[in-house]
Amino acid sequence: MRIGKLPARKARILAVRYLGAGTVTLLFLFPVYWLFMISFKTPDEIYHVPPLWIPGQIQFSNYYVLFKDGDVLAILNSLIVAGVSSGIAIVLGTLCAYSLARFGTGGENLAMWIISQRMIPPIAVVFPIFLIYVYLGLVDGYFGLILLYTAFNLPYVIWMMRGYIVDVPLELEESALVDGLNRWEVIWKVVFPMVRPGLMATSVFTFVFAWNDFLFALVLTRTEVITFPVMLTHYFGGQSNFWAKIAAMSVLGTLPIFVAVSVMQRYLVRGISLGAVKG
Amino acid sequence: MADVKLSGVHKYYGNVHAVRGVDLTIADGEFAVLVGPSGCGKSTLLRTIAGLEDPDDGTINIGGAVVNDLRPRERNIAMVFQNYALYPYLTVGENIAFGLRARKTPEIEIRKRVSEAAEMLGIGNFLQRYPRQLSGGQRQRVAIGRAIVRKADLFLFDEPLSNLDAQLRDEMRTEIKRLHHEITTTMIYVTHDQVEAMTLADRIVLLRDGLIEQQGAPLELFEQPRTGFVAGFLGSPSINLIPGILRTDNGGAAVAFQAGEGLNLPSAKARLLRGANGQQVLVGIRPQHFSRAGGGPLRDGVVPYSAVADLIQPTGTRTFTTIKIGGVDAVAELQAHDVSSHGERIDLAIDLNRVVLIDPASGLVIA
Repeated sequence: MRIGKLPARKARILAVRYLGAGTVTLLFLFPVYWLFMISFKTPDEIYHVPPLWIPGQIQFSNYYVLFKDGDVLAILNSLIVAGVSSGIAIVLGTLCAYSLARFGTGGENLAMWIISQRMIPPIAVVFPIFLIYVYLGLVDGYFGLILLYTAFNLPYVIWMMRGYIVDVPLELEESALVDGLNRWEVIWKVVFPMVRPGLMATSVFTFVFAWNDFLFALVLTRTEVITFPVMLTHYFGGQSNFWAKIAAMSVLGTLPIFVAVSVMQRYLVRGISLGAVKG
Repeated sequence: MADVKLSGVHKYYGNVHAVRGVDLTIADGEFAVLVGPSGCGKSTLLRTIAGLEDPDDGTINIGGAVVNDLRPRERNIAMVFQNYALYPYLTVGENIAFGLRARKTPEIEIRKRVSEAAEMLGIGNFLQRYPRQLSGGQRQRVAIGRAIVRKADLFLFDEPLSNLDAQLRDEMRTEIKRLHHEITTTMIYVTHDQVEAMTLADRIVLLRDGLIEQQGAPLELFEQPRTGFVAGFLGSPSINLIPGILRTDNGGAAVAFQAGEGLNLPSAKARLLRGANGQQVLVGIRPQHFSRAGGGPLRDGVVPYSAVADLIQPTGTRTFTTIKIGGVDAVAELQAHDVSSHGERIDLAIDLNRVVLIDPASGLVIA
């Protein structure tokens, strides 16, 4: 093979591959592109026929309206609810997972029993939960949603983290115990660094679950704590849809996930593939 | 520095009785090797001393204090594991310093001890590297370094050389022996490798099915085994065990093999066998006790034996030759050029002064 130049046959195969990959990527990215574009368009441009690929000029009035009317508080609410609930679920879940993995807590079947909680269709439990929440006065507050998302994320965290912790060689922990650490220090200084990629990947998924939840947020909130997905539905009217607001709000709602995934990308790939081997 | 006393130690795993009442005393500064086949309870015993397992019965005494209720970190021991147990996210230097940091040793002292240990083990140039950048032998040195900086009362080694290739294992074995000479701390070392046990130990503790089969100095166990198991476990190639029947009369004794062959036993052995006429025995002859007969008169207790060489395995210095004695295969360790071809008839001399006779029913050595 000549250096710097591929044989014609190989070059053709490569070209077809790139073409295929490029087409698929375009197909998937198009809705995202369209969403971004709409968020920058004026009402005239949004309804323009034929559709405009690029707005005449980038303008932020659609976003400005969201800030002026206080609609962005929904993003803040989502951040608080999703952030706090994933934080709690990760801490509690990792400790539970450690107990399952290292002390065999609950015998062989407890882990399976725990993950099976996650398989319940949410719609089946949402109304009983609503009634209980009404009775306890938890509807339409941060605490209620955080409690719920923590409960729903815990089985997932326990299941994933158990897999990662089982993979940590036991001798590392035993060596640390002999060397002078107590059990809590072992978890903090040995287990935690060893499972970091898995922990990061799991955190992203729990955050995304809480962030994206629509059903529970719709049923359990009213006016005080409206989360981002619920807020979006307010823009679909009986008479007309506020496409500008929908697009701008959607972009704002996508950004935190985009940032989280970008920051965690390096852990995500390793974490997910680790879990694929065992978990 | 500390002595170790175990008394009546039992350990169960579910229905498995892994350690079945072990009494063991290891003196201050002694190098004791726990050896035995897999499943004999040697690792369990070591982990019990470390506090990683709780004994179900019995007491563990380190340095004059019962430590049953102390956690591993409160026992002031250091342990080296088979798979090194290095923290992959810490550098070599940080790995070695790990135990000292855990015990809040002043940073100046840590640096001093880490560099001393690294110097002693020849890993001074690797302190900034990560474990994955080291070879197996270097990793094991780091693991040992992490133990010695602790200046613990007792060092425990759990099959530390099993993951290394043969040549490196020989090298590290020598280093561990030298290390013990330099730091003279009490060491307890677990291995399934009888060569490691023989070469390293001040005292070998041979375990079988959760009990101590025999303990003593390496050569004592090798030359005066109390059971057939001990005779068979130590030595490479293994001792030859040939079934036969004792014939005693007028102070003399001989073993008759099937097909009419037999060996006359030395008088020292015969004295121990009075009244044992007709007893079934296993005759244990070590491969080293065979030699090529020179033609001259034979020493007392050395008997001639003519055999046909079957398999020939030269090792360079010695040649292992498989022959038939009493109808069974036996290995004779001869000089490199004593035998040259398959099927060759060779005149051998067997030194029976150190033969062991084993009662096949009880497994005990009777003479």
